[in-house]
Amino acid sequence: MAENKTKSKNTNFRKGLDIFLFLLPGILLFVGILIAPIAVSIYRSFQKWNGFTPGTFIGIKNYRDLFMSGSINWMTSLKNALIIAFFSVFIQLPFSLLLALLLGRKYKGERFFLTVYFMPVLISTVVIGQLWLKIYNPDYGILNRALEALGHADWKHIWVGDPKTALGSVVVPTIWQYVGYHMLLMYAGVKGVSPDLREAAMLDGATNWQVDRYVVIPCIKPIIRTSVIFAVTGSLKTYDLVRIITNAGPTHKTEVPSTLLEDMLFLRNRYGMGSTISVMLIILCFAFALAISWAFKEKEY
Amino acid sequence: MQLEERYTLKKSNPAVKVLVYILLVVWAFINIFPIYFMFTFSLKSNEEIFGANVVGLPKEWLWSNYSSAMNTGNMGLYFVNSVLVTTVSIFISIGAAMMATYALTRIKWRGAELTNAFFMLGLTIPLQASIVPVYVVLSKLHWLNHYSTLIIPYSAFTLSMSILICTGFMVDIPYDLDEAARIDGCGLWGTFGRIIVPLLKPAYATIGIYAFLQCWNEFMFANVFISDSAHRTLPVGIKALSGAYTTDWGPIGAALVIATFPTLIVYIFLCRRIQDSFIAGAVKG
Repeated sequence: MAENKTKSKNTNFRKGLDIFLFLLPGILLFVGILIAPIAVSIYRSFQKWNGFTPGTFIGIKNYRDLFMSGSINWMTSLKNALIIAFFSVFIQLPFSLLLALLLGRKYKGERFFLTVYFMPVLISTVVIGQLWLKIYNPDYGILNRALEALGHADWKHIWVGDPKTALGSVVVPTIWQYVGYHMLLMYAGVKGVSPDLREAAMLDGATNWQVDRYVVIPCIKPIIRTSVIFAVTGSLKTYDLVRIITNAGPTHKTEVPSTLLEDMLFLRNRYGMGSTISVMLIILCFAFALAISWAFKEKEY
Repeated sequence: MQLEERYTLKKSNPAVKVLVYILLVVWAFINIFPIYFMFTFSLKSNEEIFGANVVGLPKEWLWSNYSSAMNTGNMGLYFVNSVLVTTVSIFISIGAAMMATYALTRIKWRGAELTNAFFMLGLTIPLQASIVPVYVVLSKLHWLNHYSTLIIPYSAFTLSMSILICTGFMVDIPYDLDEAARIDGCGLWGTFGRIIVPLLKPAYATIGIYAFLQCWNEFMFANVFISDSAHRTLPVGIKALSGAYTTDWGPIGAALVIATFPTLIVYIFLCRRIQDSFIAGAVKG
């Protein structure tokens, strides 16, 4: 009996050690690069800190300044991120859903269209940004030349340089690039809807649109929720296209939280404020993810 | 099957069908055109691009744009850097994810679920959240501008998704196999190495593809952490190149093609697999 007990204690210890060793590489990476730095960010967000000298504790001043002081441009950056999120959710996702539903109806060339629509997702955003810069170029860009050819020379525009159109010139490629991604997820969902269900509705006299509306969409709701979460948190994290296309200009008009964060580090040496922005981004991402999940749960019957 | 076809045909209006096809084709064109445009202007001189021949095929195929991108623009080096950083990151991520997933799904212990939930936090946490402290630590250690400066964060950022995908594959392996191995005298490590690792081959491809695209295209960390030209990856290299060639479009186009076409060519051959790996990554989350 006693022997057995020590034996099982030993195997338990052995098992615990093994579990620990199996988890070790993952934990080291995850905690070292993600969790610990975030803990440091939270701590530093309450400090005035230039990254080199020890920081001084200033309470919530950074957070207050972030929202109150116009020179930091936080409100502009937040507004821009939310505008991008708005267009993603209300233009990009409905369009992706439409494409997914249409392709789910077995049109000829389904695979071809699917493959083509997904292509931009694979291309680096830096490349996409450079390409669109060439499209927007005021003198030689395709956009202005096409307008000229169509007889609308008066519509020609310095798209990226004008504060009125600068944000739009970032929004369009963002939406364009990821339509294929959301469409693919939704298409996988549409294909997962049981053919019997579809057939039964058809036999009851439902049209294609009715089947989509009352059978398919309710079935793929969890996927739509995932897409909405990805679209919103992705918009909050926008960086690449803004850096490449407008470089947050003209005069900070297209600043987004991530570009602001980078400026705090490299241009202004305000590491404390940079940490505050990081923390705000985490809070926003989690808050939106939870709120969206909650909103979708409410509507489920 | 036939029945369903008949009903669909009976109900669908031919005019709607035509409209649908017009929409599908127009959107396909909008997706292909930028790639075509990129390829053609990479082979043109400025005179052609700025002159009459904006969107046509190049009159004179100027392959010298590619040699300027490779030689003056260093695209060859950046390409090798990207391959190196990406490959090593993927291996680390897959290795760490498989080990962790094994402990989380195939060994019974209290706290497994909680630990899994902890790892899944990484799916929502924005990468930007860790950039300030990581940057400060790396610069204090004089560790900026190394390959490992990017490899370690990239492995960490892809870890959560890798674990998620791995879990999906691992729960499909019957537990009887573990028990049989245990009876034959394999310990946990033996079971892992001899049973699980070989059976997870399909998972490697799925994770690998997903992680590849994350790392290959990553820009923010690469832009912040790498300032010397010797360690630039393709996205940062392209940004530098476009700064150097503001007026000469051809070499920039060539650089864009060099960074993009290898991925696209692989995609054409493996499109189904690649699409599946994106679906696996998102639908289960």
